Amino acid sequence: MDITVNILLTIATAATPLLIAAIGELVVERSGVLNLGVEGMMIMGAVGGFGAGYLTGSPWIGLLAAIALGALFSLLFAVMTLSLATNQVATGLSLTLLGLGLSGMMGTSFVGQPGQRLPNLDIPGLTSIPVVGRLLFGQDPIFYISIALTAAVMWFLFKTRTGLTLRSIGDSHTSAHALGIQVIRYRYLAVIFGGACAGLAGGHLSLVYTPQWVENMTAGRGWIALALVVFASWRPWRVLAGAYIFGAVWIGQLHAQAFGIPVPSQLLSSLPYLATVVVLVLISRNKRLTMMNTPASLGQPFVPDR
Amino acid sequence: MSANHDGANLLEVRGLTKIFGTLTACDHVDLNIAKGEIHALLGENGAGKSTLVKMLFGSLEPNSGEIFWNGQAVRIANPGFAKKLGIGMVFQHFSLFEALTAAENIALSLDDGSPISTIAAKARALSYSYGLPLDPESLVGDLSVGERQRIEIIRCLLQTPQLIILDEPTSVLTPQEADKLFETLERLRSEGKSILYISHRLEEVKRICDRATVLRHGKVVGHCNPREQTAASLARMMVGNEVKAVVRAPADGIETAQPLLEIRALSRKPATPFSIPLKNINLTVRAGEVIGIAGVAGNGQGEFFETVSGEVLQQDAASVRIRGKDAGGLGITGRRLMGAAFVPEERLGHGAAPSMKLSENLLLSRHATDGKVFVGASGMVKSEAIYGAAQRIIKAMDVRKSAPDPEAAALSGGNLQKFIVGRELDRRPGVMVVNQPTWGVDAGAAAHIRQALIELARSGSAVLVISQDLDELFEISDSIAVMHNGELSKPLPIAQATFEKIGLLMGGAEPGHAEHILETA
Repeated sequence: MDITVNILLTIATAATPLLIAAIGELVVERSGVLNLGVEGMMIMGAVGGFGAGYLTGSPWIGLLAAIALGALFSLLFAVMTLSLATNQVATGLSLTLLGLGLSGMMGTSFVGQPGQRLPNLDIPGLTSIPVVGRLLFGQDPIFYISIALTAAVMWFLFKTRTGLTLRSIGDSHTSAHALGIQVIRYRYLAVIFGGACAGLAGGHLSLVYTPQWVENMTAGRGWIALALVVFASWRPWRVLAGAYIFGAVWIGQLHAQAFGIPVPSQLLSSLPYLATVVVLVLISRNKRLTMMNTPASLGQPFVPDR
Repeated sequence: MSANHDGANLLEVRGLTKIFGTLTACDHVDLNIAKGEIHALLGENGAGKSTLVKMLFGSLEPNSGEIFWNGQAVRIANPGFAKKLGIGMVFQHFSLFEALTAAENIALSLDDGSPISTIAAKARALSYSYGLPLDPESLVGDLSVGERQRIEIIRCLLQTPQLIILDEPTSVLTPQEADKLFETLERLRSEGKSILYISHRLEEVKRICDRATVLRHGKVVGHCNPREQTAASLARMMVGNEVKAVVRAPADGIETAQPLLEIRALSRKPATPFSIPLKNINLTVRAGEVIGIAGVAGNGQGEFFETVSGEVLQQDAASVRIRGKDAGGLGITGRRLMGAAFVPEERLGHGAAPSMKLSENLLLSRHATDGKVFVGASGMVKSEAIYGAAQRIIKAMDVRKSAPDPEAAALSGGNLQKFIVGRELDRRPGVMVVNQPTWGVDAGAAAHIRQALIELARSGSAVLVISQDLDELFEISDSIAVMHNGELSKPLPIAQATFEKIGLLMGGAEPGHAEHILETA
């Protein structure tokens, strides 16, 4: 029983950074902006979170620093693509490259240092309930944030007027502009929100997952988050499902490798990617629904004529 | 400046100027709109109508000039401010969001923050009271163009504007839908609202407008009462000189002429959720005739053009036959080699590569058919031959340009269209298929293109023209068929066709019903 609980907990820990980064990018893409710099913003969050935690001794300050650094880094992308109308794909890619390099440089003195870890939730009486206690009331704080964030984004996008406006900008920025909607302002806010989420996801890696600094420790999770958004056809609950499928198969194959199952380890390592894509493609096979949810103006620069 | 009619002006514009680079799109424009009038803004494409309206609606900022609203000088910095003043706009190219419902689209332009369900109920009530029924729950992507315009109008009315700007509202409507719109406009006028009505259709301006301001090359060339003018005198004001009438010589013996383009039981599944399936289309175009395909935009014309041109291949090779041979399995180059030529609807990006020179664009569409002339044995391009051919086309079609061989994007829409049509005509194709030949083209150039199409047919080619412009189809076609919701009606010989009959078919009257009209006519 304990093993099962432990496995479930590790799945949640593996899925949480993917979920947070993907939910942030989902909001960005719903506004019609494609930010390929998720990996870069995430690693900046990771190094910032570790550094601030290490220097101040408080993982909570580390958490805030991770969010702030991710947001700040995305602001660079926003200024380039929104105010200067540069190509979003190229700018996003260079943001990732810049983030990987810059974080390595910032983190040279952190390598091998002991980090701070965010404490797990511990509610007397509740956390000690067998099985469900630790699953529901004993996880790290960012896990709860990730679930709340998913619910909040769903509610925001589909139940509020502001969310409707954001979706409309993603559908057609020229139409939105013609209605007097401040396209650029909305997109700035969306991009910064996405950056904050990516930073938080990075902070999860260096403050919860493995509380230490290792260069390049995001290890492609930003790219997985990007892929999740597309395969989940820009729907929050599907992103959640995708992140957890990925986490489950990831942890499962690790255990399988540990047990020495006679399957090439490369094949096992590729399983999480394969399974996530297959499942999300299956749930997205309603073409019409997918079309409706695809932001039609995704990746197109918007330059209003004056 | 013309005198006010009665009472104060709602809107007064003085010396409004907008400069884009070297082009003065609006040059000291004056305009007065009184309360409770329908004011026409007339002008050709590129005369500056859209620029002027965008400045009034706050989406463009003027370089100089003043705007007075109820006598107060105002600076309309953005569309939000225009809406606050009481200016509403119904756009020509709809500003609707296809992936959202009608109610959500309406909610986006209202700032009151009330829930969508309240807005939906209000929209439904208002739409029925104006006789423009609307289902707020429907997805815009599923709606016809006429229904989309209803959403735009209802959305505009819900903002209770004092001035409503309509930009070319009837260009996408059937004649019957247009009549309905005119009733609505007259009712709005009787409620004291002012309307700025932008159009290049003179008959409807004469019918519903109280006053008109005519623009040419960005300047106001006159204010008048359109009811006291003739269509010809208004056209002269717009164009600046007489427009040569298109002459259509009688086509004798078409019935027995050889069929050059045959379409047999052509069907196509929708490629995207918002595109129209084609249903069992049959059509024969014979040597010497022009057949027009009318229809409200978005009824499958684009999909039809793609299947005929070979951009989309057919399973059944016999469903498209060119000069008596099956062509359904051939791509666009294969069909060109059989003697067909195609002019798509979008000029830039589809008909021509924007950043390439005219001569290069010529090579792009004719490298296969004129391979020997343009490309040498070793695969080298013969630049001089291409340049010469481009100059021949430019001369034949009277293309006006600023450089000897400019980039396609540097030409005005009308001139580029003349070049693209000329590029195909220059081949003397046996079959010519054109989608929207004169969309956005000024009257002089349009007449030139239309005449060239008729002459091509009379020289023994089969010409198929898809157009939303009914006047154009009546001018050039020997028969007119109507496309509605992916189905094509039987072609109606021009002698029997009237606006009313074609309009009913465009609105979706059953073919049987239309034939009944035919018999009783």
